Amino acid sequence: MAEQRARPLSPHLGIWRWGPGMAASIFHRISGGALTVAGLAVLTWWLLALAKGADAYGDFAAIAQTWVGVVVLIGLTWAFFQHLFSGIRHLVMDTGQNFDLKPNKASAVSTFVGSVVVTAAIWFYLLGVAK
Amino acid sequence: MSLGDSSTELGKVRGLGSAREGGEHWISERVSSLALLLLGVWLIASLLFLPGLDYGTLREWLRSPLGAVPMALFVITSFYHGLDGLKVVVDDYVHEPGSNFALNTLLLFVAVFGAAFALFALAKIAFGAAA
Repeated sequence: MAEQRARPLSPHLGIWRWGPGMAASIFHRISGGALTVAGLAVLTWWLLALAKGADAYGDFAAIAQTWVGVVVLIGLTWAFFQHLFSGIRHLVMDTGQNFDLKPNKASAVSTFVGSVVVTAAIWFYLLGVAK
Repeated sequence: MSLGDSSTELGKVRGLGSAREGGEHWISERVSSLALLLLGVWLIASLLFLPGLDYGTLREWLRSPLGAVPMALFVITSFYHGLDGLKVVVDDYVHEPGSNFALNTLLLFVAVFGAAFALFALAKIAFGAAA
């Protein structure tokens, strides 16, 4: 019987470098986690404040309009659109398409461009018009 | 899951291979993502196109069927999809079966509790007195 040699293992977690594809993948997970933990907490808090009354909602709105509150809400907006766009990309890839290197890279980059552009547009509108 | 020695050959392998078992979670994550694509865009667009984000306007919106019903669906689907996503993260990184079960069960309880709270708040708004 042949001598037992160490079998080659997949590089897995040890060997990787930054690129649009891996960035889209890891940010899909990070944005999904942030939306679930922080996003759903804010959603529930917002609904509870609205249910409780005008004073409670006033407290919520006051906190939401501090700079920390605005940064969190901008972050959640970006996470929402990043997760939405990379989610659509995942659904396309689930059908077996978009695996050629160049189109795949282009779609990964476009998720970031799209999420930043939409988030910026929404917040320019909100901060410019609503205040 | 194998049912033990008393089960048939088929019974022993059921659920162990790519036999249309185990894919439910993967499918449910994607179906709920499609629902959230619609409901999430509805929520963001509604908040942007409402005449204001003050207490009275939001209460009036969530008391109308076209505000309350999609919001209830959004709450249910977002907690469901968020739990599906966090389960994938837990299964990826927590390998010890006891810890994996404990953490997934904890997340399930937190998600159901959070969703119930959010739905209670929404019901209170929708069925309560006008602001």
